[in-house]
Amino acid sequence: MQLEIITPDKSIFSGEATSVTLPGADGSLGILDNHAALISTLQSGELRVTDDKGVETVYELKGGGVAEVQNNKLIILAESI
Amino acid sequence: MANLKEIRYRITSIGTTMQITSAMKMVSAAKLKRAQDAIVQMRPYAEKLTSILGNISASLDSSEGVYSRENGKAKVLIIPITSNRGLCGAFNSSVIKATTRLIQASYSESQVTVMSIGKKANEFFKKTDFAIRGTFLPRETEKLFDDMSFENISEAAAKVMKAFEHKDFDQIILVYNQFKNAAVQNLTVEQFLPILPPEVDESSKTKSDYIFEPNKEEIVKGLIPLSLKTQFYKAMLDSVASEHGARMTAMHKATDNASDLRSDLTLQYNKARQAAITNEILEIVGGAEALKS
Repeated sequence: MQLEIITPDKSIFSGEATSVTLPGADGSLGILDNHAALISTLQSGELRVTDDKGVETVYELKGGGVAEVQNNKLIILAESI
Repeated sequence: MANLKEIRYRITSIGTTMQITSAMKMVSAAKLKRAQDAIVQMRPYAEKLTSILGNISASLDSSEGVYSRENGKAKVLIIPITSNRGLCGAFNSSVIKATTRLIQASYSESQVTVMSIGKKANEFFKKTDFAIRGTFLPRETEKLFDDMSFENISEAAAKVMKAFEHKDFDQIILVYNQFKNAAVQNLTVEQFLPILPPEVDESSKTKSDYIFEPNKEEIVKGLIPLSLKTQFYKAMLDSVASEHGARMTAMHKATDNASDLRSDLTLQYNKARQAAITNEILEIVGGAEALKS
């Protein structure tokens, strides 16, 4: 799926990813390819991204945020990373 | 005609001033580029946030909530955004003027507090009756410009929002220069709180059925503060970009004026020099004639 991680200061990630784990407001959320349309608020915590080469990157999410999945595209708006 | 030495002295001093103004222009141009990049960076974030918020709140009654409370205008907080430095044309004075005009025109009956941002507005408003008294609002606003990260700015925005939540104010207004391009700044008066109902574009409404985590109400509750902070941050970024644009234009004009003045003076200098030489020749010729007879 296509993944974009954006903060007001800069764009953190933009590209293909196979699996993303989000710190959702009610607990961890795993997003894989072709996930149904979803909007979720995020809390502070770890954001794990596995890109198309199988490399896992961990981002530290600070403050709140929101994630939206639509048409196999995941957009994460974070306050800061 | 002024004497030669005086004119020469003025020409050198104008040359020095010109060097300074043209250097300042170049510095402002570089800073403007960076400030513009920051605005461009944050645009996708703001747009996406607005569209998500629009998607959700279209089906929700957004008139409820702490940030939408309409309560007249008995206690008003005005936030004029200026800069720490001068030499940028009418940039600062127009914000200050607009603020005082706004207070006289719309809020003469209200209890007005001004939380000025930037040294120029601070200097002006601390002498007035509108200065902040005993609240927890940020006062050292000059330092905000040292670190223009979202984290730092949103901290100040959060304090302002808290003051509104605690009913310290009924209305919060932002006065700032909106960035259009390097030469044009639009002075903007914008209501920050309470939130004006968002204009929802019918075509932008999504047709897909979203899963909401945890639920619509919670998401809206979480997103509204985020969107307010973004609005505040955007105003700050706009103001900084406008400042550099205004300074660039002002310094460009100053350099042009200095160069005009210098060429005028050079002409005057050359005329004076020529006149002095002519005079000298006349004297010599006159003297020789006198000796002959």
